[in-house]
Amino acid sequence: MTPPTAGPLLQANKLERHFGAARVLRGVSLAVSPGECHLVVGPNGAGKTTLLRLLAGLARPSAGTVTIEGVPAREPQARRRIGLLSHQSQLYHDLTAVENLAFTARLYGVADPVAAARAGLAAMGLAERADEPVRRLSRGMIQRVAIVRALLHRPGLLLLDEPFTGLDQQSSEQTLALLALERAAGQALVLVTHDAHEAWELATHAHLLVRGVWATSGPRGGEGGEGEGEASLDDFLRRYREAQRG
Amino acid sequence: MGDFLRAALAVAAKDIRVEHRSKTALIAAIAFAALVLVIFNFARDAAAVSREMLAPSVLWITFSFSGVIALNRSFALERENAALDGLLLAPVSRSALFLGKYLANLAFVFTVEAVALPLFVLFFDVDLSGALGGIVLTAVLATTGFVAVGTVFAAMTVRTRFAELMLPLLVLPFLLPPVIGAVQVTARLLAGRPVSEIAGWLRILGFYDLVFVTLCLLLFPPLMDE
Amino acid sequence: MMTDALRARCLTRRGLTISALGLLGLAAVYLLALRYTPVERFQGLPQKIFYVHVPAAWSALLAFSLVGIASILYLWLRDPRLDRFAESSAAVGLVFSLVMLTTGPLWGKPVWGTWWTWDARLTFTLILFFLFLGYRALRGALQDPGERARFSAVVGILGLVLVPFVHLTVYLFRTLHPQPIVLKPSAPSLPEEMLRTLLLSLGVFTVLLVGFVTTRYGLATQASLQGGEDAG
Repeated sequence: MTPPTAGPLLQANKLERHFGAARVLRGVSLAVSPGECHLVVGPNGAGKTTLLRLLAGLARPSAGTVTIEGVPAREPQARRRIGLLSHQSQLYHDLTAVENLAFTARLYGVADPVAAARAGLAAMGLAERADEPVRRLSRGMIQRVAIVRALLHRPGLLLLDEPFTGLDQQSSEQTLALLALERAAGQALVLVTHDAHEAWELATHAHLLVRGVWATSGPRGGEGGEGEGEASLDDFLRRYREAQRG
Repeated sequence: MGDFLRAALAVAAKDIRVEHRSKTALIAAIAFAALVLVIFNFARDAAAVSREMLAPSVLWITFSFSGVIALNRSFALERENAALDGLLLAPVSRSALFLGKYLANLAFVFTVEAVALPLFVLFFDVDLSGALGGIVLTAVLATTGFVAVGTVFAAMTVRTRFAELMLPLLVLPFLLPPVIGAVQVTARLLAGRPVSEIAGWLRILGFYDLVFVTLCLLLFPPLMDE
Repeated sequence: MMTDALRARCLTRRGLTISALGLLGLAAVYLLALRYTPVERFQGLPQKIFYVHVPAAWSALLAFSLVGIASILYLWLRDPRLDRFAESSAAVGLVFSLVMLTTGPLWGKPVWGTWWTWDARLTFTLILFFLFLGYRALRGALQDPGERARFSAVVGILGLVLVPFVHLTVYLFRTLHPQPIVLKPSAPSLPEEMLRTLLLSLGVFTVLLVGFVTTRYGLATQASLQGGEDAG
């Protein structure tokens, strides 16, 4: 892991996304530094997925900028620093876990792709199932392979799109524990979800996205100060419900 | 340049490995080609139309239709688990992604043609002596062009609900110049005509390839970038 | 200060005016074709379809070129208006080519006894028709507006580059397999009246193209503005 650089790792300024008259994002800014976990919550249609795709450099903003360590997100140099974990595995189910990860390693220019793939899988406790087609693995195991895949090239920023969807209790907890470890090691996280409960403990910052703008945004715990975990979550959820009704 | 080719080859190798694992699409395409050849044999009035007259058209209809069928799977496999996002997120040029997909598709279609050609010779009792080299060259030239365009359209139609219908509809007009040229050349080769007569058509096929492969390489990045 | 909606309505109205003028011009062409121009020696009265047929094919090709150019500009500038313009041109072009393809056989049956002939112009327009159809079908099958615009633009550009190849191969094919030259006067050079009427008709069809595309574009702009207000 490269040591944290001065200033935020990810800097998004006044992001807008529209096509013709339809406006999906209407001026969203975000700054993420290493070791932070930013929770982005919002009702369906708020623009969460669009925001994530803009941060990942997968889509072009109609206005505003996204930079990773000062480099525009769409450039290859910036893409190297990003990992994406989605509710879909991004894996080829006919190939084995090793083949999938070796392929990703090759795309990212990781040295010795096969060895790196095996090492990553072993670290996740998946060494025995490494040479089986992915379609034979359980959803929880597939999720773990996807996590290895997202972290294989040692990104500094991990973007997560509804990562707990379809996971059972145990797998969700495992995932959370893993992400907490990553965050402690300096990884920056942006986690998009429609359910604020699951990742509340993990988050350092919480943002509510409603109809393309922040309804509330800032460090977790709100204005009440630090440590008031339960109350702040209720507060956040209250505003979420208000936003959904309004 | 090295990175570009390395990425393209990695994508192509991955595609070929995936296809090799299940082989369903390949077998389906070959079976389709064989079926078309069989139907053609029975669908003509043997007294009125000789096999020689029909042969070039039959060969090229078989090649082009099986080719189009083969192209559908190329992006369907990326759709299944949002693997395409993984490809787009990687620090790899989109043109390299296209090249990889294109090479894999070429390998696939060439394989189908390599099986269909001997079947064609068998079913239609065609004398290929002296013409084999020319026909293979024509097949390579014509296929190179329409697979490039087909790969781009496959990337688009996979996002629609009726991909299997949309792809042939879009590709059909683009098949015309290569197929017209290929049939003309094939007919002349089978009739033993001198090379000078077909050189012009081969040049057109080559030019078509050059223009469309380049255009597809250039258009793929703006196509993929939201 | 003109609002967007008002401007769009003005555009539609202007388009309708131009189209109306074009239709008047078309009536004039019919008159001239029937009364003014000489009757062709070999083909007789049915040959006069020439004055409508050739310009219709020409308009379809012109519409397609507009789609191609707008597509190139769209990929470069990413302005939704260019996408709307391309879509309008394609819609009009589809209609022109369809009209040409249906009137051809209708008039052709009395002349050469068959409904269809692989005449260079008909064949070419048929290919254009399929390109327009594919363009439209693809647009209809895509939900996301950005994706729809991007993908159609690529189809438009590829199609535009295809056109000369189709023309070339069909021409070469026909020189090798000569088929009756239809819809062409047998004289090596067109007599004055024929030329004038043909040129007038070409002008009229261009006016019609401009009118229809403008109207369609105006209507599409109005529709998108209304849609924007409804989407939260």
